[in-house]
Amino acid sequence: MSVSTFPSEQDTTPGYQLCARDRQLILATQAGLPLTTDPWATLGEQLDMPADEVLARFQRMQEAGVLRRVAAVPDHYRLGYRFNGMTVWDIRDEAVSAMGRRVGELSFVSHCYRRPRHLPWWRYNLFAMVHGTSQREVEEKAAQISNLLGDTCSGHTILYSSAILKKTGLRLKKQGDA
Amino acid sequence: MRLDSTDKQLINLYQRDLPVCERPYLEMSRQLGISEGEVIDRLQTLQSRQVVSRVGPVFEHRRAGASLLAAVAAPEEQIDLVAARINRAPGVNHNYAREHTYNLWFVMTAPDEDTLDERLDELEHQLRLPMLRLPMVEGYHIDLGFDIDWEALS
Repeated sequence: MSVSTFPSEQDTTPGYQLCARDRQLILATQAGLPLTTDPWATLGEQLDMPADEVLARFQRMQEAGVLRRVAAVPDHYRLGYRFNGMTVWDIRDEAVSAMGRRVGELSFVSHCYRRPRHLPWWRYNLFAMVHGTSQREVEEKAAQISNLLGDTCSGHTILYSSAILKKTGLRLKKQGDA
Repeated sequence: MRLDSTDKQLINLYQRDLPVCERPYLEMSRQLGISEGEVIDRLQTLQSRQVVSRVGPVFEHRRAGASLLAAVAAPEEQIDLVAARINRAPGVNHNYAREHTYNLWFVMTAPDEDTLDERLDELEHQLRLPMLRLPMVEGYHIDLGFDIDWEALS
């Protein structure tokens, strides 16, 4: 992204431009990587691209940070983590970066972000996602975060999800789509 | 689905990163001490049982375009209607109901920042509800999952 209101995001401006062939690869792997001994060759056959070019493009996108990683992404809900708590914290502005890094290092936190406040409606500036097999487990984990934050934090709450209404991965439009 | 220790180890080792090399499943098989064919079979089974939602690339949304977390406080009796409108809006890829005054939380995406703002403005206008816009200011741990506590799950 070239325009950002937030200075911390400016250094993630892409130096790597996705070309049409990269986009083809992204589209072709949205449902996943082929589960074959040579997945790059399988993709290459589908897209009429040599296997070594497919692999080289993936490696380049990963080096450039366009591709975060290739992974076996578990479905936490199906695994038994039925409680997903978005814990939100009101942290003193000058402490939020340091605290965010420490909370992000906790083994049970899956996402941790700083977001803006919108006073008087929304006072919380740190978000940490916590998963548990019970509400009590989420609360125990939130208590650990609370201990870590100490007096840098003046309030928090936990927003439990009551329904997943939509969940899809990143979608890139095919060329020519509206 | 009952997972054996190899399945668990497979998830532990590769939920964050699997090798992007010539024969990725062969590389994994060496670490797991099973054959390449078995790695592929296990991944297929885990995927078909939806224990693993996908084996594949995770792209950086911020580099592939723009995205933003937003929330609205929908009146309880209109929540289904409001949720349906949000789900229909172009660019929405996640939408969760949460127990709070702000009861609908969704992620809006767009190819660039300007389009993102337009989409949010349009949706806000349609819903006639003030929208909390919560862009990421700093990320400390971005979507890397967490260590699975197998004992707690068993």
